[in-house]
Amino acid sequence: MSDVLLEVRDVSLAFGGVRALSGVSFDVRRREVRAIIGPNGAGKSSMLNVLNGVYHPQQGTIRFESFEFKDMDPGRAAALGIARTFQNIALFKGMTVLDNIMTGRNLKMRCNFLQQALWLGPARREELEHRRAVEEIIDFLEIQHIRKTPVGRLPYGLQKRVELGRALAAEPKVLLLDEPMAGMNLEEKRDMCRFVLDVNDQFGTTLVLIEHDMGVVMDISDRVVVLDYGRKIADGSPQEVRNDQKVIDAYLGVAHSA
Amino acid sequence: MDTFPKLLMRHAQERGARPAIREKDRGIWQTWTWRQFADEVRVLAAGLAAEGFKRGDHFALIGDNRPRIYAAVCAAQCLGGIPVPLYQDAVATEMSFPIQNAEIAYALVEDQEQVDKLLEIQPQCPSLRRIYYDDPRGLRHYDQPQLMSCEKLLELGQAALARNPVLVDAEIEKGRGSDTAAMFFTSGTTGVPKGVVLTHDALIDRSRAVAEMERLGEDDVVLAFMPPAWIGQNIFSYAQPMVAGYCICCPESPETVVNDMREIAPTYYFAPPRVFEALLTQVSVRMEDAGALKRWLYRYFMAVAKRVGTRILEGKRVGPLDRFLYKLGDLVVYGPLRNVLGMSNVRIAYTGGEAIGPDLFSFYRSLGINLKQLYGSTETSVFVCVQPDGQAKADTVGPAVPGVELGFTPQRELLIRSPGLFKEYYKNPEATREAKDAEGWFHTGDAGYVDRDGHLRIIDRAKDVGKLADGTLFAPKYLENKLKFFPYIKEAVAFGADRDRVCAFVNIDMDAVSNWAEKRNLAYSGYTDLAQSDAVYELVAGCIAQANADLAREPELANSQIHRFLILHKELEADDGELTRTRKVRRRFIGEKYGSLVEALYDGRDTVHVEAQVRYEDGRTGTFSADLKIRAAKTFAPAAAKSAA
Repeated sequence: MSDVLLEVRDVSLAFGGVRALSGVSFDVRRREVRAIIGPNGAGKSSMLNVLNGVYHPQQGTIRFESFEFKDMDPGRAAALGIARTFQNIALFKGMTVLDNIMTGRNLKMRCNFLQQALWLGPARREELEHRRAVEEIIDFLEIQHIRKTPVGRLPYGLQKRVELGRALAAEPKVLLLDEPMAGMNLEEKRDMCRFVLDVNDQFGTTLVLIEHDMGVVMDISDRVVVLDYGRKIADGSPQEVRNDQKVIDAYLGVAHSA
Repeated sequence: MDTFPKLLMRHAQERGARPAIREKDRGIWQTWTWRQFADEVRVLAAGLAAEGFKRGDHFALIGDNRPRIYAAVCAAQCLGGIPVPLYQDAVATEMSFPIQNAEIAYALVEDQEQVDKLLEIQPQCPSLRRIYYDDPRGLRHYDQPQLMSCEKLLELGQAALARNPVLVDAEIEKGRGSDTAAMFFTSGTTGVPKGVVLTHDALIDRSRAVAEMERLGEDDVVLAFMPPAWIGQNIFSYAQPMVAGYCICCPESPETVVNDMREIAPTYYFAPPRVFEALLTQVSVRMEDAGALKRWLYRYFMAVAKRVGTRILEGKRVGPLDRFLYKLGDLVVYGPLRNVLGMSNVRIAYTGGEAIGPDLFSFYRSLGINLKQLYGSTETSVFVCVQPDGQAKADTVGPAVPGVELGFTPQRELLIRSPGLFKEYYKNPEATREAKDAEGWFHTGDAGYVDRDGHLRIIDRAKDVGKLADGTLFAPKYLENKLKFFPYIKEAVAFGADRDRVCAFVNIDMDAVSNWAEKRNLAYSGYTDLAQSDAVYELVAGCIAQANADLAREPELANSQIHRFLILHKELEADDGELTRTRKVRRRFIGEKYGSLVEALYDGRDTVHVEAQVRYEDGRTGTFSADLKIRAAKTFAPAAAKSAA
């Protein structure tokens, strides 16, 4: 199964003199759960931002399906089917859960402003169709009870779930998750793991996730990339990565003799 | 019309296009008409028949209130099988006893969670051959041969019906009223659960008696939100709709019940007291957060309601000024409140299963909600006593429903003879003999008496009614109920049998107390921390003092005032065996488990050290230790209280 969906080759990214990524290459196969791990400041979030076009690397290429780019931009990433969630939740706090997830359908709406404003037949049909899709997601994530609750009033764990819902609403091919379990308690983490695996299983969505909790990463990922100081230091199955001396050194620290 | 499948087929003919079941799914209420429901039942039954399900086989049903679960109940009955609903929140090990006991081979469950539980206990339950699941989510990679989706089962049914269209109808015709209709496992306050065997005759007779008394009809609507394995839910959302032809509604999820209730506005409502209690707590908490004007309006008009509301509901004479004030209150407070509670259209609301606090009871009645009490149990097909309109009293459960005979043993234990009595405890002739004597009297285990108006009054469980060391009456449940009515107290456990005075454990209500603490800027890290704060102890002591003042006024109970109490470090949980699945306190078990705490209550110490094993949801265990405070509560001299009152 070497059906590669997304590939980055030799990507380097620098902010002024700070090298965030240097010559990183890896691939993501269709339907797999791919984790990116590494100590703080290793360049994980930068990598994700390169993938969906927030950052533009100075060097390297990104290939998605049959398209090859020097860099991505967020609009094109979304149109191609790359969705993401954020480390710091980025939802519309004053809007309800339903409306927030509905915004994830934005790219799929075909009616123009006038049709929607006048609530014409096609706009109404379209709205119903989108609402059905959103309700499927609400059901899937088991958040029926907060459907009409403004997001700002929800606890953190649920907000994370809503954000996942919004990303799913775009029916993405690849979903980038930036620390989906950060700051959660054990139970919330378990729920989130289940949802992440279910998304992968049920919708066939390819997942790329950054996560700090090693237990979670080892449990749910198919393959893991390890970054340290902007470089890739290991790449392989959780088992291989776990036993890699370089990874152990990066995490535990090593005495620098020179 | 002596069986449920026959009743269903008649509804399908007589009111085929009327709604039978509604379910909120994907945000929309989906309706199944009686005809659709009957068709689904027929196909399911045909599928089961094709799978080898035979007359007399037991069929386990595990899930929340879903149309398919109820369709499956009826499908099993069509074939002369016996549905056995099990509590969907039970842990796996609790399910193995019923499955072994009834040698259950077929089960229909709601989702992956239940499938996992059954697969877990499969080694102990070799009889279990087939598990049908309704919701396929997460089950795609399960390849156990015993699993089958409901969709597949329905396909088998379609195929079987295509070969023989009268397959199911012929089986329905063979059914007799004296056949077993269902088996319910009692929650087991004491010892191992028992399978209560009920016939079609018993369930239909009791359902019909009360449906006639309350004039239930096809326009009535019920929201089904209690576990289907509870006899009460089964009567209200299966047996009675089958008799009266009304519509039941299944909520979207357990968390959306309050909202769904508001949308559906049921006309007929049944909930145990704790649900009414929880609703009142919610209202009180929200009122505390309201603005000053709203708080004042609420307090003022609730006082009016308390004074005259119940009398108006019962059509008694009330002065013109009070009548006017009540009308006004209805406009600004009671009406909106009924609406928020989802009770705007409630014509009949019942509570039962446990005693209800008098203040709680009159709160709802004074709002104009026709809340009434009933008395019954699984063994009696629920309806033994029901309060008729206009005769609802807080401390009785009403007169016997037509058909029921009441009797008492010399020890005040209530005896019942009724056409609704159970046939037997399954495979337990000894227990059956103990509960049902040669003359057909069922020994309820409840202590009580019939008052001057012919209403039954239950005091407590017969075996729990004890005596204090000085020989006066000790009715722990009565005391606990008194405490539980305070919004800040969630559970209480009273001790005092054969002791010189009464002491109690208390569980605070986290919602109410955390809100209270927030208002006072009290910081806390969690339940235990909050529960052990001095301020909360004072709060609870105040509640207990109030209860004691009430008790001092009742001559028989003045000695039962609560002298000392402690707030437990954890909430009592059914998972830890401290509550039954219907959330009744298991007093004896708690007394043994926390024996050292009980002793500390009596030996005068101010603190007691507790060390406990805690089990987390993922199965890990840890130990927990804390020092619990013990405080004395204010008590009153019986005479002084009398002169004060």
